[in-house]
Amino acid sequence: MDTLLEVKDLRTQFFTQDGVVHAVNGISYELHRGETLAIVGESGCGKSVSVLSLIRLIPQPPGKIVGGEVWFDGQDLLKLDEDDLRRIRGNRIAMIFQDPMTSLNPVLTIGQQVEEALQLHLGMSKHQARQRSIELLEMVGIPDAAARIDDYPHQFSGGMRQRVMIAMGLSCNPEILIADQPTTALDVTIQAQIVDLVKRLKNEVGMAIIWITHDLGVVAGLAERVIVMYAGYIVEEAEVNDLYADPRHPYTLGLLRSIPRLDRVRQEKLQPIEGLPPDLLDPPKGCPFAPRCKYRIDRCWEENPPLRVVAPNHRAACWIDVTDVTGAQD
Amino acid sequence: MAETRGNNRNGDVLLRVEGLKMHFPITQGIIWQRQVGSIKAVDGIDFYINSGETLGLVGESGCGKSTTGRAILQLYRPTAGHVYFQGVDLTQMKGEQLRRQRRKMQMIFQDPYASLNPRMTVGNIVGEPLEVHNIARGKEKRERVMELLRVVGLNPYFVNRYPHEFSGGQRQRIGIARALAVNPDFIVCDEPISALDVSIQAQIVNLLEELQEQFGLTYLFIAHDLSVVRHISDRVAVMYLGKLVEMTDRDTLYENPLHPYTEALLSAVPIPDPQVEAKRKRIILEGDVPSPANPPKGCNFNTRCPRAMDICFEEEPPFKDVGDGHYVACFLYE
Repeated sequence: MDTLLEVKDLRTQFFTQDGVVHAVNGISYELHRGETLAIVGESGCGKSVSVLSLIRLIPQPPGKIVGGEVWFDGQDLLKLDEDDLRRIRGNRIAMIFQDPMTSLNPVLTIGQQVEEALQLHLGMSKHQARQRSIELLEMVGIPDAAARIDDYPHQFSGGMRQRVMIAMGLSCNPEILIADQPTTALDVTIQAQIVDLVKRLKNEVGMAIIWITHDLGVVAGLAERVIVMYAGYIVEEAEVNDLYADPRHPYTLGLLRSIPRLDRVRQEKLQPIEGLPPDLLDPPKGCPFAPRCKYRIDRCWEENPPLRVVAPNHRAACWIDVTDVTGAQD
Repeated sequence: MAETRGNNRNGDVLLRVEGLKMHFPITQGIIWQRQVGSIKAVDGIDFYINSGETLGLVGESGCGKSTTGRAILQLYRPTAGHVYFQGVDLTQMKGEQLRRQRRKMQMIFQDPYASLNPRMTVGNIVGEPLEVHNIARGKEKRERVMELLRVVGLNPYFVNRYPHEFSGGQRQRIGIARALAVNPDFIVCDEPISALDVSIQAQIVNLLEELQEQFGLTYLFIAHDLSVVRHISDRVAVMYLGKLVEMTDRDTLYENPLHPYTEALLSAVPIPDPQVEAKRKRIILEGDVPSPANPPKGCNFNTRCPRAMDICFEEEPPFKDVGDGHYVACFLYE
């Protein structure tokens, strides 16, 4: 498959009063043209920081990308000067954010905000940009877009604002759309609308998507490939069917077992992952998951396992083979 | 009614809510304020909770589920209706009388960051209800607090620490310890796990279930996550725009939902299995929830209902039992 974006050994740290937060600790992956890649993990695992680093949206200071390369169209995005990067950001790589309530400017109309990128990146006139904005708002399912374009964000509901964000993201026909937890703040019925919309638009526009979430349910219906992050590391990467049917990292396994499922017989007890994620100010020496891992061995306390191929197109970072210790998958 | 204790799943009715309404006024003007309308957050609901059981209350944000929880505990004084707790009507009580009843009813809040005072130690937070209700003081209080921390799975030597030293899941445990301090019969759990990480949620759900068993608690479990509600509840009530649309036992609701809204809500829940997801047919509801200040005429759900009929735009469907305690408010089942 055609590689669109290649991330090599990306490292991002935050230099705070309390010390250095090791947010992203050397992650490498590829994104192919037209694919949907999900990055899954809990809060503080570095999933958002890792994608914000791609387009250098990390506040510096305190943040700093301390190492790595991000190759897009023959250029290393981390080495581009600010003007060149700005031509790519919002244009060829667009982003939508988690909270549609705070990501729109409350004192500008919806139209002004959608038109901005069109005028800036595509050099459209005011009139052209307005026409195109109406088309975009119609495409994302805003009823009566021609009238509502002059409304302000507070006149829209949460789901509608997220649609506006998506319209803004798609306005310049990006090759990559980065969606940072776009449905987390929404209700399930609205989430279903948005997921459906993004799937439809992806087929129409043909862009690649990086979808960041903590919800393994949404990922199952949306992504083609999944990366699982924990404590700033990629711990598992696989095609979506393999990840759910044959998880190879104890953390992935634990997550899948801890969530109650509507399509299964109700269990008497949930099976939680005990303990807490590690403090990234003071990361553990060995495997970051070792303190919570049911299958840990002595080596896990000493050395952090590298991400290695465990099956075709399937990588995991674990010293043991979980299929040996868990027996039959449930 | 006699006080019921112990793990009595099919016992007496502990709480009965009749015609509960909670309207908030919308006012205009700065000096001479006049009321120009009202937000009908809860608009006439009836249900009961048996002693020792968990009633799940689900619905989308803004449907009035948290307001219901607060109106039951009289944290808001209801606009209309009655709340009978152990046979006595809380809406008719005030002052000292109500305060004494409150000792039997507690609440666990959604946001473990906002619901603990950052300037109080864990010991003071958990111990405060003990002082307020004259249960224990001094050394006795301290021992009781340490015992409570142990019960919720925290190290009892954390008593002198402040909330910021704890993670979200640990803070929620502190909130639970505070609710347990007065040895209540009934706890309103208002989205107690939605602010927590996935790997921590199961820990808290298991803790709530263990405590229920151990202390014979009755829960009203308010949540929007239908998978978790199915796990923890004995019966489930579904709320939409200030009204109950369906209520029945857990298995019936999830296997045989009757109301079109319940059906759509269940079909919108993503299943963490790509092969199941690929085959699923989803009912996608159009549009948004109407404003509770101006609900539609007839059935509240008629603006989004895929099966709406003429009558739904004219009359409001009654919430009634269609057999075996399965309540539904829909003209399809008239």
